[in-house]
Amino acid sequence: MNGTATTRPGSAGPSPFLAGHFRSMGEQLDTSKLGLWLFLASELLFFGGLFVAYAVYRANHPELFHYAHHFLDWRMGGLNTLVLIGSSLTAAWAVRSAQLGRQGELRLMLLATLLLASLFLVVKYFEYAHKLHHGVFWGAAYHPSEEILASLPAALRAAPVPAHLGTFFSIYFLMTGLHGIHVLVGMGLYLWLIRRAGRGHFGPGYYVPVDAVALYWHLVDMIWIFLFPLFYLI
Amino acid sequence: MSAVEHGAGAGGGSYLTSERGLRSWLLTVDHKRIGVMYLGVIVGTLILGGVFALALRLHLWNPAGGLVSNDTYNKLFTLHGAVMVFLFVIPGIPSALGNFVLPLQVGAKDVAFPRVNLLSFYLYLAGAVLFLVTLVVGGLDTGWTLYPPYSLEGSRGLGILIALVGVFLAGFSSILTGVNFIATIHKLRPPDMGWFDLPLFLWALYATAIIQILATPVLGITAALGFMERIFHLGIFMPEYGGDPVLFQHFFWFYSHPAVYIMILPAMGIVSEVVSVFSRKPIFGYRFIAMSSLAIAVIGFLVWGHHMFVSGQSRWANVIFSFLTMLVAIPSAIKVFNWLATMYKGVIILKTPMLYVLSFFAIFGVGGLTGLFLGALATDIPLHDTYFVVAHFHFVMVGAVMIAFLAGVHYWWPKMTGRMYDERLGTISAVLVFLGFNLTFIPQFLSGIGGMPRRYATYAAEFTTQNRVSTVGAFVLTAGLVIALYGLLASLGRSGRRAPANPWGAASLEWSAAASPPSHHNFDTPPRGVRPYDFSVLRKVSEEAGWVNAGGEAP
Repeated sequence: MNGTATTRPGSAGPSPFLAGHFRSMGEQLDTSKLGLWLFLASELLFFGGLFVAYAVYRANHPELFHYAHHFLDWRMGGLNTLVLIGSSLTAAWAVRSAQLGRQGELRLMLLATLLLASLFLVVKYFEYAHKLHHGVFWGAAYHPSEEILASLPAALRAAPVPAHLGTFFSIYFLMTGLHGIHVLVGMGLYLWLIRRAGRGHFGPGYYVPVDAVALYWHLVDMIWIFLFPLFYLI
Repeated sequence: MSAVEHGAGAGGGSYLTSERGLRSWLLTVDHKRIGVMYLGVIVGTLILGGVFALALRLHLWNPAGGLVSNDTYNKLFTLHGAVMVFLFVIPGIPSALGNFVLPLQVGAKDVAFPRVNLLSFYLYLAGAVLFLVTLVVGGLDTGWTLYPPYSLEGSRGLGILIALVGVFLAGFSSILTGVNFIATIHKLRPPDMGWFDLPLFLWALYATAIIQILATPVLGITAALGFMERIFHLGIFMPEYGGDPVLFQHFFWFYSHPAVYIMILPAMGIVSEVVSVFSRKPIFGYRFIAMSSLAIAVIGFLVWGHHMFVSGQSRWANVIFSFLTMLVAIPSAIKVFNWLATMYKGVIILKTPMLYVLSFFAIFGVGGLTGLFLGALATDIPLHDTYFVVAHFHFVMVGAVMIAFLAGVHYWWPKMTGRMYDERLGTISAVLVFLGFNLTFIPQFLSGIGGMPRRYATYAAEFTTQNRVSTVGAFVLTAGLVIALYGLLASLGRSGRRAPANPWGAASLEWSAAASPPSHHNFDTPPRGVRPYDFSVLRKVSEEAGWVNAGGEAP
C-alpha cells in the first residue's frame, strides 16, 4: 500500500496512516477492530482445547486435582490477578488518552502496562522456579522432593497419593505457560506502542494500534481470571 | 507468467505488469498476486499428492502388492492423505481462488489486511516445506489422522514432530485467511451493496471463514499438545502416562470434520456462480443457497462424533451424533435442488467450467448420499474403515471439491491471466476427469461393501478386478488432469487468445467492472453494487470481444 489515500467528500483529510485500500480512517478503525475481534475468537478456541482437557481430567480424576492444588500458593496467584487487572485498567486508560490526544498521559499508561506485565512474569518466575526446584514437573517427570511433600497439610500427607499426579501439572504448566507466552507477546506489542507513541504517532485521528493491542491485552487478562480460580482456588 | 502483457484499456497496465522482478512478487501485498502464488504452490502439492496416489494404485495392481515394501506403502498413503488434505483440498479454493476473486467481487481494492494475507501465504508455504522435510527424515506411517498412541510412541523419529509443526503452521495460515475474508466482506463493500447483493461465492467463503476461525485453532492446540506429549510425556494423550487417546480423536475431529465443510462450501460457491452464468438464468433460490451455507457451517460443528462410532464413546453420544449428521443433508440438498432449478429451462452453454460443474452434480450426489450410509449407526459399523469410506470421502473431496476447483480455475483463468484457455482441450480434460474419477472410485464402493479394509498394503484375491479397474481409472484421471494443466499453461504462450473483460457474460463485479487481467487497484473508479445474477443488463458483442453492459461501453 503506497499511502495514496483517496479522499471522498465528507471524509477527513488524508492521513499518513491511512492504508490505500480504505476509504476513510473510520473504515480503517472499524475494519481493524473487527479483524482483531475475529482473531480473539480464534484465540479463545485455541485456549478452549486446554480448558476442555482441564474439564475432562477434572471430571475423570477429581482426587488428583484436589490433592495437587495444595502445591499452588493462592497468595501468589491472587497477587498476579490484581497485577493483571491493574494492567487492564492502564491499557484501557491508554486508549482514552490517545483518543483525547494527551501524549504524556498516553506514554505513562503504556509504560505502566508494560511494567505491570513484567511484574506478572516475575511473580510467575518465582512460582515456576519453586516448583521445578522441588521436582514438581509435568507428566511422567513428576518427582516431588521430600521437602515440598512435608509442606502439604497433614491430612493430605496421610491420604494415599493419586496416580498420575503429573497430569495435573502438565495441564497447569501448559495453560499458564501458553498464557505466559501471550503475556510476552503483549509486552513486545507494548514496547512497539511506546516507541510509536514517543514519535507522536497517536492522537484523536489515529489510535487503531493502541485500541487493538488493548483488546488483545484484555483477553490475556480475562483468560488469567479463569485460570486463577480453576487452579488455585477450587 | 511475465509473458502476459495486456492492458485492456486500463491505464498503467495490469497487476501482472505494474511491477516487475521476483522481489515484486515475493513481497507483494496485492491479493491477486498472492492468489496466483497460492495457486502455483497448491497445484504443486496436488501433483505431489497425485504422484503418491499413482504409486499406491500401481502397488495395488496385484493382491500381494509388490511395487514397494509394506512400510513404504504405509508412508505413501500417509503422505498422500496429509498433503492432499492439509495442503491441497483445505486451502485450495479459499486461498488461491478466494484470495484472487473475493476483493474483486466485493468491489474493493484489496483484502482488509494485505500484509496479514502475505504472512498467511508464507505460513502455508512453511507448512508445505515441513511436510516435504518429513519425507527426507524417514517419512510418516501413521495415516493422515495421526492417532495416538501409535503416532506418539517413544521409538518414533522426527517425522511426527515436523509434521505436527507443519499442521500447526498451515492451520494458522488458514485462520488468518478467514479473518481477512470476514473483515473484507463486512467492511469493504461499496455503500450500496447489501448482504443479499453479494455473489454466492462470497456467502460460501464467509461461511467457510467462520469455520476456519473457530475450528482451526482447536487443530492448532491439538498439534501443539501432541508435540509436547511426544517430547515431555505429559500424560494428556498417551495411556502409558495416564493420558486418553480418545481425547485426541475428539480434538482432531472437532477440527477435521468442520474442515470437510472448509473444503466443500467454497466448492459449492463456485458451482453457484458457474451454473447461473452458463445457464443464462438468475440463480434460483438465492437466499436459500446463501443461508444453507451458514446452516452447513453451524451444523458442521456438531457432528464430529460420527468419526468415532467405534471408538468406545457412549451409545447416547453415537445416537445424537448420528441424528445431527443427518441434518447436514438438508441444507446440502437445498443447494442441489436450487442449482437444478436454475438450469431448468435455461440456455445451457457447455463450456469447460459448466462441464466440470455438471460432473460435480453427478459426483456430489453420490458422495453426499453415501455419506448417509456412514452417518447411520447400523450401516456405519460394518462399513467402518473399509474402502467404502475411502470411496465416499474421495467422492466428496476429489469428485466434488477438486472438480469444482477445476471449474473455478477455468472460469476465472481469463480474469487472472488475460488469456482464454483452449476450449477443446478443456472439454477433453473435463470428460476424461469425469470418466477417470468414476472408474477409480466406483469399484472401491464395491470392494468396501465386500469388506476390503482400507490402509492395507495387500488384499484378498477376490478384490483383484475392482482394484485393477481402479488403477486404470487413476491413470485416466491423471491424463485428464495433465491435459487440463497443459491447456491452461499453453494459453499463456504466443498463440493464447486474449481474453475480453467479460467473456462469459457474468454480471458480478469482477467481470462487469474490472479489466482482464485487472489493474493493480482492481477498478479504475470505485464500483457501485450490482445485482450479481441479473444478466439482462448485458449484451454480447462477439466471441472475441465478449459481453458489455447494455447501457454503455465495455468497462
